[in-house]
Amino acid sequence: MTDTWDAIIVGAGHNGLVCAALLAKAGRKVLVLEANEQVGGAAITRDFADGFSVSACAHLLYQLQPAVRKDLGLKPRLASDDLKTIALAEDGEHLHLSNRTVKGVSSTDAVEYRQFRKRMTRFADLLTTYLNKPPPRLGTKNPRDIMTLAQLGFDLRRLGRDEMREFLRLIGMNIYDEVTERFDSGLLKGAICLDAVLGTHLGPRSPNTIMTYLYRQAGGHGKCAQPVGGMGAVSDELAHVARSAGATIRTSVPVSRIVVENGRISGVETAGGENIRCMTVISNADPKQTVMELVGARHFETGFARRITHLRARGNAAKLHLALDGLPEIAGLSKKDFGQRLVIAPDENYVERAFNPAKYGKTSPEPVIEITFPSLSDPALAPTGHHVMSAVVQYAPYALREGWSDAASEAFKATVLGTIARYAPGIEARVMASELLTPADIEREFHMSGGHWHHAELTLDQFLFVRPVNGAAQYSLPLDGLYLCGAGTHPGGGISGAAGRNAARAILQREKAA
Amino acid sequence: MSTRPFEIQEVHQGRLQSPFHPRLAELDTLNTWHTWKGYTSADALYCEDLEYFAIRNATAVFDLTPMTKYRISGPDALDYLNRLVTRDMAKIKPGRVAYAVWCDDQGQVIDDGTIFHLREGEYRLCSQERHFAWLQAATIGFDVTVEHETENVAALAVQGPTSYSTLSAMGLDLAELKPFGLTHVDFEGSEMMVSRTGFTGDLGYELWIEPGKAIALWDALFDAGKLFGIRAIGTHALEQSRIEAGFLAAYMEFLPADETIRSGRSRSPLELGLDWLVDFKKPNFNGRRALAEEQRRGSTWRLVKLDIDGNKPANHSYIFAKSKNNKSEIGFITSASWSPVCKQNIALGTVRTPHGKPGDSLWVEIYYQREMHWNRKMAHATVVDKPFWFPPRRSATPPGPF
Amino acid sequence: MKTYDAIVVGAGHNGLTTAAFLARAGLDVVCVEKNDYIGGAAVSRNLYKDWTYSNCSYVCSLLRPEIFRALELHKHGLQITPYGGSVTFLENGDYYGSYHDEEVAYREMARFSRHDADAYKSYSADTMRQCRFIREFLLSTAPDPTSFKPGDIRELVKIGKKFTEMGEDRMYETIRFWTMSVAEYLDEYYETDVIKASFSGSGIIGTALGIHSPGTAYVLLHHYMGEVDGNVGSWGFARGGMGAVSKSIASAFQAAGGEIRTEAGVDKIIVRNGKATGVALENGDEIEGRLVVSAMDVKRTFLNCMDEKDLPEAFHRRVKNFKIRGSSGKLNIALDGLPTFPALPKGSSLMHSDMHFIDSMERMELAYDDWKDGHWSEDPYVDMLIPTLNDPTMAPPGKHFMSCFVQYCPHQIEGRRWTSEERDAFGKTVIDQIAKYSPDFKDLILHAEVRTPQDIEDEIGITEGNIFHGELTMDQLLFNRPVPGYAQYRSPVEGLYMCGSSTHPGGGVMAAPGANAAREILKDLKRSNTVPENFGDD
Repeated sequence: MTDTWDAIIVGAGHNGLVCAALLAKAGRKVLVLEANEQVGGAAITRDFADGFSVSACAHLLYQLQPAVRKDLGLKPRLASDDLKTIALAEDGEHLHLSNRTVKGVSSTDAVEYRQFRKRMTRFADLLTTYLNKPPPRLGTKNPRDIMTLAQLGFDLRRLGRDEMREFLRLIGMNIYDEVTERFDSGLLKGAICLDAVLGTHLGPRSPNTIMTYLYRQAGGHGKCAQPVGGMGAVSDELAHVARSAGATIRTSVPVSRIVVENGRISGVETAGGENIRCMTVISNADPKQTVMELVGARHFETGFARRITHLRARGNAAKLHLALDGLPEIAGLSKKDFGQRLVIAPDENYVERAFNPAKYGKTSPEPVIEITFPSLSDPALAPTGHHVMSAVVQYAPYALREGWSDAASEAFKATVLGTIARYAPGIEARVMASELLTPADIEREFHMSGGHWHHAELTLDQFLFVRPVNGAAQYSLPLDGLYLCGAGTHPGGGISGAAGRNAARAILQREKAA
Repeated sequence: MSTRPFEIQEVHQGRLQSPFHPRLAELDTLNTWHTWKGYTSADALYCEDLEYFAIRNATAVFDLTPMTKYRISGPDALDYLNRLVTRDMAKIKPGRVAYAVWCDDQGQVIDDGTIFHLREGEYRLCSQERHFAWLQAATIGFDVTVEHETENVAALAVQGPTSYSTLSAMGLDLAELKPFGLTHVDFEGSEMMVSRTGFTGDLGYELWIEPGKAIALWDALFDAGKLFGIRAIGTHALEQSRIEAGFLAAYMEFLPADETIRSGRSRSPLELGLDWLVDFKKPNFNGRRALAEEQRRGSTWRLVKLDIDGNKPANHSYIFAKSKNNKSEIGFITSASWSPVCKQNIALGTVRTPHGKPGDSLWVEIYYQREMHWNRKMAHATVVDKPFWFPPRRSATPPGPF
Repeated sequence: MKTYDAIVVGAGHNGLTTAAFLARAGLDVVCVEKNDYIGGAAVSRNLYKDWTYSNCSYVCSLLRPEIFRALELHKHGLQITPYGGSVTFLENGDYYGSYHDEEVAYREMARFSRHDADAYKSYSADTMRQCRFIREFLLSTAPDPTSFKPGDIRELVKIGKKFTEMGEDRMYETIRFWTMSVAEYLDEYYETDVIKASFSGSGIIGTALGIHSPGTAYVLLHHYMGEVDGNVGSWGFARGGMGAVSKSIASAFQAAGGEIRTEAGVDKIIVRNGKATGVALENGDEIEGRLVVSAMDVKRTFLNCMDEKDLPEAFHRRVKNFKIRGSSGKLNIALDGLPTFPALPKGSSLMHSDMHFIDSMERMELAYDDWKDGHWSEDPYVDMLIPTLNDPTMAPPGKHFMSCFVQYCPHQIEGRRWTSEERDAFGKTVIDQIAKYSPDFKDLILHAEVRTPQDIEDEIGITEGNIFHGELTMDQLLFNRPVPGYAQYRSPVEGLYMCGSSTHPGGGVMAAPGANAAREILKDLKRSNTVPENFGDD
């Protein structure tokens, strides 16, 4: 039997689709298999109540890499762009932050903020270059690896002596120290800390959170947008591009097993019992699931399997969706402001305190929240006059000590609503329907280990050369024919497409070299 | 807490004693003991030289209880072992024993040892070092159980030309037991495993039994062996015979790879002359990728057996390619001994490739002391292919009476 | 008025080390000290009757043997005696002992987990590999990665070479090690909570980080890379208390012609025409010197003893933001006899070891959460020792001295000074924790000195009483320590140098910063070097 496909991609998450589109454009025959009914993985739009739909997991677009847009000719239609961040204050004295400026703080803070952002943007730009390349291997004689490392050294030096020093100092540091050094305003510090810790198992005092902050800025300088039709529209566009390039995408086809024969990949087996032969399988699933469940640890070497079990992916972000019969009241906010990104992170210590219980498997009694009302700029998401609230809530640890029972989920939902109600009194009365996705739910619905939106914690010891683990950082796993292209690989998660693009490039390069 | 809520099993502070210790202590006249994995073990009991000749001339008994032992069982036991070690374990049927070596992902040797296929799907792995953490990590993805059983099994090596006669006199029928075979027999109501294995390169057996029967076994064995020159021996005599047989020892010929600090201090099986133990036909085993790569580009080191001129033991010596140009050494000796039975000056060593092919002439810089003064001597050495000592009786089945 | 070749400010062990090496190079050196005793935080104090307290630092391992040997400290009265082991008491009444003897240690670990006992060897090798990597650089100046100077490039190449020598896989492991948390590092080896808790203490001692904070695996190294007689990782007592270390270095300094002035606190470092020319003492005296070397921490040096206008603005800002955080307290206790610990068997060698009372990783991390809120830990990590069991000179026969190092204890309570009631309550917290495991302990207490970071700052002068003169986080290590661009012991002011623990390689009674500073100074003066090189390891 001859192989019909050059490559099978397991999972039609946005990275899988990017990878599929690029391989298809390069003339490869690609089959994408998606377990869910919809393509997009964690970038989908779906109903959560009658007449109400929402970007079910990721809800803001801020990281889609320019290189990905360019290579695939993506032109997502945006309902709103360059959202301001409004750091909510209980007394209504909110701060309005843009990418460069902040309103509502002292003039020193305002000046410092401008400088801070300028530097962070510069560093993020440096990072962007390397996030959009497969990471080099260390200690090899491969000219491409040596070139990339030399380029990195050169780019660092090109920052100038002082800035290079600053970069080397900041990269391992925590955001808490940096913001307390610079700013007085608690709201400002809190809002910046929130950006640094969202989606991670880190608090602002954890070293490494400047890196996560920079990561968020890479590619789009942290400018948030909302696509028309929610995040699913981005995935749909990607799927369209992939299909136009010749890729085949099948949905509702869960892959139960990636098949190994004679020490190499030979295809996949679907839950429906279908066997599809193919010598190249690219997994968009997270590394743990790929190795431990889809392939089976026995097909790898012990040291590698052990590293994969040590890979940390402890999701902490829950998602709250509310169907509202109208906008709530928040003191000091105009209607237009509701279309922005609202954050509840009143100061840096609040964020750290919210993190504390997560270390012990408990939820935050006072969580950190990022709120959007997408229906304001995209009315189709809710019935006329009604609204959708979509919020990312932290911290809700995946490994909740008591387990994520319905009761635990309900209790946390009440906590979150209570916290929001302190800023938007009476919001409870407007709620017609609600849905809380805990990391356990996210794991179930989106097939991500630990419900972690980076598939694996984004810390320096799981970054660049060592992401996801030593020996698999160049997208190929130590099993012939098997590749990764998801968020668990370099550079990490977020709707960026970088991992999918890098993977496609690495696979094509490898083919060429062989 | 001011009072103890439960009885704490305090750890023993001194050396442990094997269940055979009372008998060994009775026979010991030299009182020279060392620690072996926490156990008291004799260097020599009455005379190192005579003990050595018990191995080569009669029946020598060595207490190997401190050897690390693991029980591996479960539906995936074979698959598990096949991924763990480099050789093909499917070829090792129940009742057979395999010498095996296992590597890390980089193809560097963690340890060597023997694997006893006790019964279908049930194995005992026996090694010098302790590896429970690694063996546990290796279970990820397999339906297999690994249990530590060092303390649960007492073991004796019964080695030498009359060992078969001794065991026969004890009533054991081992005529059909081939080298690397094992059998289960009844000993006073307990199951005893007998394997035709050993560390001496001679005819010999190893007996494995529950600790409670250890003394009874010892007594029965020594009763039976009386007419066949049975002697208990210590580690030094065993070490001498081990080198003659060309066997490797951990911490001598190689270091467990997971314990090396400096780079380049570990060895691959290919570098230890164990190519025959590496089966690339197996689709996956620990170290396979790295070893395939090493095979492609060539190894850095090679283990050599050396027949050295003269009679001065070459311990701790450098090895050179030429006698004159001794500025850059190509390797060093790892184990050395005078062989009383071969009347040869023998050694094991490690040299950089391409040196060390069988038949190569090398030079060894030997330091030796005579009445306080040290002397230095360059001795010629020949790389030999076969073990220094390999008597026909070692593999004869049935073994002869002597 | 006399002009010295060099004035060293602060007679702690680093200041004295710099002074000694400079004096040995033939310089006319004076070392000024604000207190009426020398030693800084390496002191032996008589605070109660005939008891000698090592009332700040209390054990010794990091002191570089190269320096010991070069200064011939044995001739000046220093003797380091190794001790071994540690014990962690479990809340359930059990204990986990770490024994000096390898096999006993193995069996004790196996009592909790065979897996962990077997994992120890690879843990130890992996950790030692990192030690070996860093130890080579302790007695050298950290190269500036932004510099094109041949010396810096040479050092960078040396580091790069050492790094690549490890081979690809171990390079990645090294990157991971330097960036991960001690908790995660231990998770990769061990499964038993108390064993992890017992190892994790070394990852947070003296730092304002929790065991889960990335970067703490390195801190573990900082406590492992010391040695006693080539036994890397072992710890020892200075006979006569830690003051013996300072005293011996001081004696070596004086033997080389150096001069020490106590009760000579420096009010200002005098800068004229952009050059340091001497110091003004608190009593109004001035001392002139061709150069000034500060052994004080950088904050105290540049923020308290200098005018802002004499410093570049960026440097001043960096110093202001240099993190020196008080996170550890100390209890020094005179005992009427030896307390008993019923969990331990009679005559246990563990009585001589470090004792700890936190048996889980969760309790370790919770102790940190209290500190973040500006309080001492309700359930602190205590490193307790009874040095008199090894060193009979420190208390009358039959009596004992107990040293309790306490993590975490904030510099201030919620941002204000400690009250004496709070200090007492802090002391009581520690004593109560120990008494839980030793019923007769409280009755044996004759005298207890409770030292908060605030007290240490007030008396010794270290900002926030931080034992390392600055956090050991990546942003403050190597070429970043204390300030990027000024990591080679030279300050931005001509003639002013730094030699304290705020500089590379950081704190602990190591004397390496002092030695490294002396080498750089002698280089600038074009004098021949008196500072020894690293013994090396291969």
